[in-house]
Amino acid sequence: MAHDAVLHPPTSTGLDNRKLAIWTFIGSECLFFATLISTYVVYKGQSLNGPYPHEDWTNPATGKVMERVFSIPLVTFGTAVLLFSSFFVVLALNGLQRGKQKQFIGWLSATVVCGLFFIGMQVYEFTHFVTEKGLGFTTNLFGSSFFTLTGFHGTHVSIGVLWLATLLYLGLRGKMGPEKALNLEIAALYWHFVDVVWIVIFPVVYLMK
Amino acid sequence: MSDMSATHTEGHSHPGWQLYVTIAIILFALTAMEVGAYEIAERGMTGTFGTFVSQMVVEILLVLSAAKFALVAMFYMHLKQDHKLFSGLFVFPLLLAIFVVLVLFGLFFYNRGQNGIWNMPPWS
Repeated sequence: MAHDAVLHPPTSTGLDNRKLAIWTFIGSECLFFATLISTYVVYKGQSLNGPYPHEDWTNPATGKVMERVFSIPLVTFGTAVLLFSSFFVVLALNGLQRGKQKQFIGWLSATVVCGLFFIGMQVYEFTHFVTEKGLGFTTNLFGSSFFTLTGFHGTHVSIGVLWLATLLYLGLRGKMGPEKALNLEIAALYWHFVDVVWIVIFPVVYLMK
Repeated sequence: MSDMSATHTEGHSHPGWQLYVTIAIILFALTAMEVGAYEIAERGMTGTFGTFVSQMVVEILLVLSAAKFALVAMFYMHLKQDHKLFSGLFVFPLLLAIFVVLVLFGLFFYNRGQNGIWNMPPWS
């Protein structure tokens, strides 16, 4: 009995309630992003006017040619950075669980930097679309569904960066030891979920015509 | 409580960094294959391989994306090692989400007219 009490938290399931809560939250987020992604796909190709994601479009009123919107190399680089960040955060968790403080701080810093880079990439992309490509939120169905989907994902990334940066700050002040590893594990689960959502968004939105 | 949590965290063994590195390499390889398939379809490459990839690009992208999703969920999110209840909490809503997506697709694409534009609202 004493052995069980040490191995498991005192809950009816024997599992930590915070971890159950984050998995339940992640489950609900699956449905949230599924509706956004399916809305994007359903509206795909339904825009009556440009600009379009993969083809150039000539405005019949002005005769102005508007180039295709997406830049695949930039987004591919952003995708790679987000994948890197998922890899870095598991290494940070691995370090914290083993009490290796330098490894934890180093990899978590790298994760936060990758997250910030991804947000920067998205801010640049959105600004470029609005100012250079003429695609706003209300321009056409593509613009509305694209900005809604990727904007919500970007918001999730921003929340994740804030969460991880807070843990990094606590770590730098010496308040994150192996006994607090579950705090990082929960934040890492959220971060990985943000990554797997992008794993779906990247091919569906950017690569499929 | 935090002491208990920490003990619990150490209670199940998470894989070592060697496995994490292997998974990272596979993830990057799969991403490169995704972009490669897109480029082959975009450039309209000919030949048996080029034609096959161009025709199957959507299916290829879906399979590669699903493989990446599964790898991150199983190994980086530790579902393979953790308690099965966590897998259930994730997989059940995921299946529900896939079902909702398929139903929406069926509903909307069924109501498209000859020119690909909806000829009536799907609920009419």
